[in-house]
Amino acid sequence: MRFPLPTRPAGFWPAAFAAPLVAACLWPLGTLAQATAGGTGAAESRHERIVSIGGAITEILYALGEDERIVAVDTTSRYPAEALAQKPDTGYLRRLSAEGVLSLAPDLVLMEEGAGPPEAVEMIDAAGIAVRHVPAGESVESLKDKIRIVADAVERTDEGAAMADRIDVQFAALDAELSTIRDRKRVLFILSMSDGRPNAAGRNTAADAVIALSGGTNVLDDVEGYKVLSTEAATALSPDVIVTVSGAGPGGADPLSVPALAATPAGRTGALVTMDALRLLGFGPRTPAAVRDLASRLYPDRVAGTDKTP
Amino acid sequence: MIIDALRAVPLVQPSGTMSGDRSVRARRALVGLFLLLAIVMVLGIGTGPALLSPGKVAAVLLSGPNGAAGSPADHVIVWQIRLPRVLLGALVGASLAVCGAVMQGLFRNPLADPGLIGISSGAALAAVATIVLSGGILAPYAALAGIYALPLAAFLGGLAATLLIYRIGTLAGRSSMALILLAGIALGALAGALTGFLLYLSDDRQLRDITFWSLGGLGAASWTKLLASAPMMLLALLAAPLAARGLNAIVLGEAEAFHMGVRVQWLKRGTILIVALATGAAVAVSGTIGFVGIVVPHLLRLWLGPDHRGLLPASALAGAILLIVADMAARSIVAPAELPIGILTATLGAPVFLLILLRRRGAGGI
Repeated sequence: MRFPLPTRPAGFWPAAFAAPLVAACLWPLGTLAQATAGGTGAAESRHERIVSIGGAITEILYALGEDERIVAVDTTSRYPAEALAQKPDTGYLRRLSAEGVLSLAPDLVLMEEGAGPPEAVEMIDAAGIAVRHVPAGESVESLKDKIRIVADAVERTDEGAAMADRIDVQFAALDAELSTIRDRKRVLFILSMSDGRPNAAGRNTAADAVIALSGGTNVLDDVEGYKVLSTEAATALSPDVIVTVSGAGPGGADPLSVPALAATPAGRTGALVTMDALRLLGFGPRTPAAVRDLASRLYPDRVAGTDKTP
Repeated sequence: MIIDALRAVPLVQPSGTMSGDRSVRARRALVGLFLLLAIVMVLGIGTGPALLSPGKVAAVLLSGPNGAAGSPADHVIVWQIRLPRVLLGALVGASLAVCGAVMQGLFRNPLADPGLIGISSGAALAAVATIVLSGGILAPYAALAGIYALPLAAFLGGLAATLLIYRIGTLAGRSSMALILLAGIALGALAGALTGFLLYLSDDRQLRDITFWSLGGLGAASWTKLLASAPMMLLALLAAPLAARGLNAIVLGEAEAFHMGVRVQWLKRGTILIVALATGAAVAVSGTIGFVGIVVPHLLRLWLGPDHRGLLPASALAGAILLIVADMAARSIVAPAELPIGILTATLGAPVFLLILLRRRGAGGI
């Protein structure tokens, strides 16, 4: 992007003239950084300094074994845990700092759709480094797209295609096992308990997609997004199974300890499934296994789970 | 009670009756603040998470907006990120502080700020509506306005709320400040309720966007935003000193000011208009940044006295300095991420303000 400024801004010339003077006295440390800043554009064929913005992207890079090349991740990159523990954090993906990202001297920035603010994204795009925008989405198709695009960006196209194919195979196998089930379980997904009331998942949520993939029916499909239900409404939904997650929001409250939920079919049979929030809802490489585990908890006689702990 | 306390302070003082001449002190303070602002601006352009050497920054700056010095990334950092950001920070900080000082004078209330005439609540309602409804009924607007949908909506929302409140508070060509105050409270409550309803409709991501917007930040500064918002803010900064004498007089009471030859209705109309334009523009480009509008004028009133002729320009300079410094901290402390600036203006300013209050307790009518 070229510069659209018609006139010099006020205060520019004084600032420009005083800059070398004041600056020279104040930052002897500045020269230290030259080495880091100088690397831009050096690697034409293979990107060695990747900034990964988006939890699923980071997960895919780690699954491809490319974690050595990541120089920083964003706040949503919570899996694997060592990503945020070992790499600098660029902040929340919708609140990026353009200079912060550029200060890492990356040669490739992978950005999930929805990264922002738009001005910061525009400036990162304009800085002359490779930027790939990766579509987000909560479906099997968009998951495969994500994997292919990320793998392609880090020159691992074949591995990405193979990983996407494996996902297809895994879901096809699960679908075959689920296809004979007539009596679908009615599922209420509770993201968190908000002061004794369930914050439940409606349509167009990752939870809704995961319930459908694992062969259940979302009892709250006439509501859009996550909504806090009154306890009475929750009782009226009469779910067969309540699915909840750990690691999202304040935990500790057992949904079945609420009388209104204990009175539902799920409450009477104690059908409460708790799974890790990111693994179940993250739509990354772990999604097929997580969905299979959920299916095996919904239909224990028909579907075998993976050996991993939920 | 607070209003009475302020009224007890003689805001127009015969010169030479206090220890030290206020006007000389104000003049010296203005020169000092101006120099400090220049230094802070240079520092702001020179520092950031990308550790560019001072020489490199200067080379890139001097090579001009389309110059070839430095790598493309260095060029973007200096010309597209730091420079507009520092200039925007200076304008926003100056506008917020000046508008705060003007409102406190106009309402004769030390707690007054531009929020009183509905700008914050109107802008917040419009901003939240844009964030929440862009995928729904506001989709055509969002498509039309592109990435400027949010700032434009915030600006228009603040302005619309102010005009409505002003109309309600003005009867037969005379504005009643009490009526404006009450209308502002009522409209603010209504806007708050509508905002609350939109919050209820929002999803997790939108909620997070709203939270960050309400904490403010200069992270989205760009030349386009700077050029679009600068005229409104510059207008306020240049026009506010013209209202200084009128504001000095109105402290004694509206009738008294009228008899002193101040065109009171013009003063009210003009100041409310420029405050609405400038604060609306500031909120549009940087979100709601609290604290600057209240504390900077008070700090300077304690230091320089209540004469608006010195107070208004000093507020502009000090507001600009505070915001640039806060922004430098915002982008450096948690680099490569960034802190919302609203956290920092309060963290930096509040202790200083408390310290001064403690030292000046009992003096000057406080």
